[in-house]
Amino acid sequence: MASIIFRRKLPTTPYLLRFRLFSHSNSNTTQPPPRINKILIANRGEIACRIIRTARSLGIQTVAVFSDADRDSLHVKSADEAVHIGPSPARLSYLNAPSIVDAASRTGAQAIHPGYGFLSESADFAQLCGDEGLTFIGPPISAIRHMGDKSASKRIMGAAGVPLVPGYHGTAQDIDTMKLEADKIGYPILIKPTHGGGGKGMRIVHSPNEFIDAFLGAQREAAASFGISTILLEKYITQPRHIEVQIFGDTHGNILHLNERDCSVQRRHQKIIEEAPAPNVLDDFRSHLGEAAVSAAKAVGYYSAGTVEFIVDTISGQFYFMEMNTRLQVEHPVTEMIVGQDLVEWQIRVANGESLPITQAQVPLLGHAFEARIYAENVPKGFLPATGSLHHYCPVPVSQSVRVETGVEQGDAVSVHYDPMIAKLVVWGENRSAALDKLKHCLTKFEVAGVPTNINFLLKLANHHAFERGDVETHFIEHYKDDLFVDPSNLLMAKEAYEAAGFNASLAAACIVSLEHSKLAENFSGNDLHSIWYSPPPFRVHHCARCTVEFAWENQYDSSGSKPFPLTITYQQDGGFLVESGESGSSAVEVKVSHLGKHNFRVEVDGVIMEVRLAIYSKDQIKHVHIWHGSRHHHFKQKLGIDVVDEDESQHKPGFEATSNHPQGTVVAPMAGLVVKVLMKNGDEVGEGQPVLVLEAMKMEHVVKAPIAGQIYGLHVAPGQQVTDGSSLFSVKKN
Amino acid sequence: MLRTFARRAASSSSSPSNSWLSLFPQLLLPRKREFCIAVLPDGVDRSSDNFARNSGAMDGFISELRSHINKVLAGGGPEAVKRNKSRNKLLPRERIDRLLDPGSSFLELSQLAGHELYDEPLPSAGIITGIGPVHGRLCMFVANDPTVKGGTYYPITVKKHLRAQEIAAKCNLPCIYLVDSGGAFLPKQAEVFPDRDNFGRIFYNQAVMSAQGLPQIALVLGSCTAGGAYIPAMADESVMVKGNGTIFLAGPPLVKAATGEEVSAENLGGASVHCKTSGVSDYFAQDEMHALALGRSIVKNLHMAGKEGLINGQQNINQGFKEPLYDVRELRSIAPTDHKQSFDIRSVIARIVDGSEFDEFKKLYGTTLVTGFARIYGQPVGIIGNNGILFNESALKGAHFIELCTQRNIPLVFLQNITGFMVGSRSEANGIAKSGAKMVMAVSCAKVPKVTILVGGSFGAGNYAMCGRAYSPDFLFLWPNARISVMGGAQAAGVLSQIEKSNKKKQGIQWDKEEEERFKAKVIEAYEKEGSSYYSTARLWDDGIIDPADTRKIIGLCVSASRNRAPEDTKFGVFRM
Repeated sequence: MASIIFRRKLPTTPYLLRFRLFSHSNSNTTQPPPRINKILIANRGEIACRIIRTARSLGIQTVAVFSDADRDSLHVKSADEAVHIGPSPARLSYLNAPSIVDAASRTGAQAIHPGYGFLSESADFAQLCGDEGLTFIGPPISAIRHMGDKSASKRIMGAAGVPLVPGYHGTAQDIDTMKLEADKIGYPILIKPTHGGGGKGMRIVHSPNEFIDAFLGAQREAAASFGISTILLEKYITQPRHIEVQIFGDTHGNILHLNERDCSVQRRHQKIIEEAPAPNVLDDFRSHLGEAAVSAAKAVGYYSAGTVEFIVDTISGQFYFMEMNTRLQVEHPVTEMIVGQDLVEWQIRVANGESLPITQAQVPLLGHAFEARIYAENVPKGFLPATGSLHHYCPVPVSQSVRVETGVEQGDAVSVHYDPMIAKLVVWGENRSAALDKLKHCLTKFEVAGVPTNINFLLKLANHHAFERGDVETHFIEHYKDDLFVDPSNLLMAKEAYEAAGFNASLAAACIVSLEHSKLAENFSGNDLHSIWYSPPPFRVHHCARCTVEFAWENQYDSSGSKPFPLTITYQQDGGFLVESGESGSSAVEVKVSHLGKHNFRVEVDGVIMEVRLAIYSKDQIKHVHIWHGSRHHHFKQKLGIDVVDEDESQHKPGFEATSNHPQGTVVAPMAGLVVKVLMKNGDEVGEGQPVLVLEAMKMEHVVKAPIAGQIYGLHVAPGQQVTDGSSLFSVKKN
Repeated sequence: MLRTFARRAASSSSSPSNSWLSLFPQLLLPRKREFCIAVLPDGVDRSSDNFARNSGAMDGFISELRSHINKVLAGGGPEAVKRNKSRNKLLPRERIDRLLDPGSSFLELSQLAGHELYDEPLPSAGIITGIGPVHGRLCMFVANDPTVKGGTYYPITVKKHLRAQEIAAKCNLPCIYLVDSGGAFLPKQAEVFPDRDNFGRIFYNQAVMSAQGLPQIALVLGSCTAGGAYIPAMADESVMVKGNGTIFLAGPPLVKAATGEEVSAENLGGASVHCKTSGVSDYFAQDEMHALALGRSIVKNLHMAGKEGLINGQQNINQGFKEPLYDVRELRSIAPTDHKQSFDIRSVIARIVDGSEFDEFKKLYGTTLVTGFARIYGQPVGIIGNNGILFNESALKGAHFIELCTQRNIPLVFLQNITGFMVGSRSEANGIAKSGAKMVMAVSCAKVPKVTILVGGSFGAGNYAMCGRAYSPDFLFLWPNARISVMGGAQAAGVLSQIEKSNKKKQGIQWDKEEEERFKAKVIEAYEKEGSSYYSTARLWDDGIIDPADTRKIIGLCVSASRNRAPEDTKFGVFRM
């Protein structure tokens, strides 16, 4: 009960009350750091917007930086000033430390907030800031350096008494030593680069004979991503949970923890749903974990925001230190929601030399919070990142208990250059089930059209019985894949999905016809003598007017292509629509439509009134229609105009479906990206599944393999070359 | 009963307290009118026997009508429709639907032309005609139905095609011909080919309309043989569909017979030949959908063609009109099936005019003719309706009212339910013929748009004075119960039997009663058949039979279409005084 009252108070007394406790104690420092009144945010997207928001509320001016691709981005528009720092690729802009530091000095910013990712965990960058007299809003450089090196961090933690996973962290990196150490630890085993994060370069090896391939791959990827190819080995825990503790320290030696987060549900080793506190955890365990995290932070003299990640063996109940992230994490909002604090504000105040506002004993634990990360990605294609334009973007309305952290607006592009995350949906509830209900509800109302997203998948996750029970572990998705992915061979499910799509197609068609009609009637009324010809319903002598709508259903979870939905619509005398589908009008629904404005409609079918939302946009002569109805979202395509090929040109022009018309054996780029390595050359013999080249996109490596055994031909790409989605890479001729 | 009720209601609305207002028309400006003296009373007693009887009878009429309509909507039958589809061709009404602006209305004409006219059925006379908007521009559509006798022209087909062109010429509408026709129906060539209003007139009209600046557009979606070849050739712009569209003066069989040359239809007169080599056609369409899209874009680019007089339409349209106060569907129960039974035409007017508001002119004079001003879908109209036999005064009032409307350029709507002018010695002595002539003169010469609806009987000279077909109303429609003939069947039988009797008497033949009755019955039967709305509409004596419930909508569309021209000055002839 108390928690509810506390929540209600939040908006009226934002952070003022809580920060009254922040005392500017400069008595023990000879030279007080200059008060920060202008911050440069060395980042982009939602986190830049997030930091700008807090800075604003503190009366601090903000400077954004941007690359070519981000000139019109939301973070640029939100900041007081913005400085161009280079071309679109991150290494030339957001990773370009001198350019960023120069931007700060040009605009007179005293401090730099690095956000997460990019330069946030670069000790060199923090050093450069210090050298230039800029305050780096983050931990001490030494802590970044120590914790950035995974082997070193484990050494330090081990010495401080923090439990560690059995493993090898040695400097001897030759393959024989590694193999020997691996055998000693026992399989399954985890191969991991000592630098970097986000799952890049990680490999799980189940048996000794897979070890060498995996080890070499990890080394290569580590070198490409982080420039350092040192590898460590760890015992692989088969049913682990990923639980991390948010810690915070000030420059006066105070360190506390703000409870834990569970980030177990991951795909491609990246988190997609996080929650705080961790479910099914006893208070006792919680305080042990917190204490361990605080000791870890103390061991490196930590201040500012940090996260200590633990791996929890669900079978033994043991927890082990994994790593410490010396930055503000993506999922920090779930912690903010359960402790009622603004961590960015804390970071800024700590950078100003203030003390932490509360003591460990005063840290509350209020209710439960979830964060779902909404990505532009192709779920059925193994969660491959997707690019495109956000033709329609309408997140749920925010409230005290619903936050949407986003860095994009409708019309923005999700480009190949950066992380394809669209938004973070953060919800809070009095307890886990209340929060989960809210999460599901918000996900059904979160509208994105133009790029494929993982929203449907997140919904399935949130609705899964095991997730509802809080039975989470890092292999959750793999474990329940039969429930979470549509199995095309499941005819019953396919039929149900098809029928639901058919029904929504009918609703969407009725709404579109009604909308177009009212637009037309509007155009011709008032100034035209023919308005009577457009007043609905269209008149016919002794029969009803009809029209046809040819939809193709784009099923995100079915790779077999779009399914046609030809619909015939009859205008009824009462203003309703009879929508018939199928060749012979096999199913028919009568729909009455009222347009509530913008993209909201109310439809009535069989005496039941429902609300649906539509997004309509056109791209490449195709009209895209998205409909959100209840918990379902469908995407239909409608061909605009007609395919016309001038007779004389018909031989020269590629057909409509040129991309899918490659001869058999042709391998196309699964996504737009950069070729980083070509392992074969024309004429080489390959076996089925043998890697041919390596593509890097969205910061991930993708190995392109031979689909069949045979001889390579038509290989025309070289390392460093950018390829577009669906372009042909090479072909394999069957022997 | 119905009549007395209506009378009472009518007299109550003209109480002295209101009548002074009509002296000051400026006080009656529609926008300022908070209370309205012109609102017609309901005028219908729903609990009366007549109401029930009429609606029962009309239900029968309408279901019969619908069943005939459903047959013609199916075109030339399932086999022919299937064959048409297999050639990737749409049915003519579907073609028109795709040319029209999405969601717009289409006023189809004479759906039942050719009904039981020939030994074989000829649905819609094998040609679909009507008016609808394309890119905001009203157009006349003329579409052959290839599923009906291969789209060939029977005599009635020609008549329907010419009627469409007549309306287009009068209403300034661009013409879109959707050509898919085998040309003249050869077995009936004598009735199709030689006369003035036969096949050749189609091309004559095209030439004349084109000269007047009315765009003539042909979409060749199928064959276009012999005389038919001139439709695209005479058009301002034409489109041809690859594969399906062919244009030639003689088809491959005739060419072979005439010259021995063997050539395929496509090579003889396909789209490629005519778009690339001969120049007979202008736009090459890959398929039918492409052709229809090209048709729309041609209309989009018409710009000002045939538009010079459009100011007429812009005048004085009230966009914020009100629907009638009474249910328009009740018109089905108002029209009596027994033509001897009279009804107050105001109960019809009350259901077709905006807000049921009717400013009646000369209400107390010549009361068997109801005249007055109203609006339909915001468009001002002058309405003339029958409330009984035409007397001297009624005819004079009618002529007066028509003069008013021509002066003001207000379209006229005639609601016909007329048994004729009053006969008898007193009437003749009063010069009923003179009075009737005045009204006929006024109707004939009035240059404003005219729309005639036959809501009941249309007999004798009443048909003339009330703007029957011979008086070229822009549009003329019938209710299903309407009857049209020179006089009633019984009267005709009486007249004919008397003549026959006296002839027989001269020859010294005695006519027994039974024989006389048989003779009369035969006459009555013939009048019964020939006076029916189906007999009329099959022969194109009108533009179609309509559901009474659609009357308001159809008058509105007709007035809208006929306002598409510049106002013309009316000059009357010599009125016999």
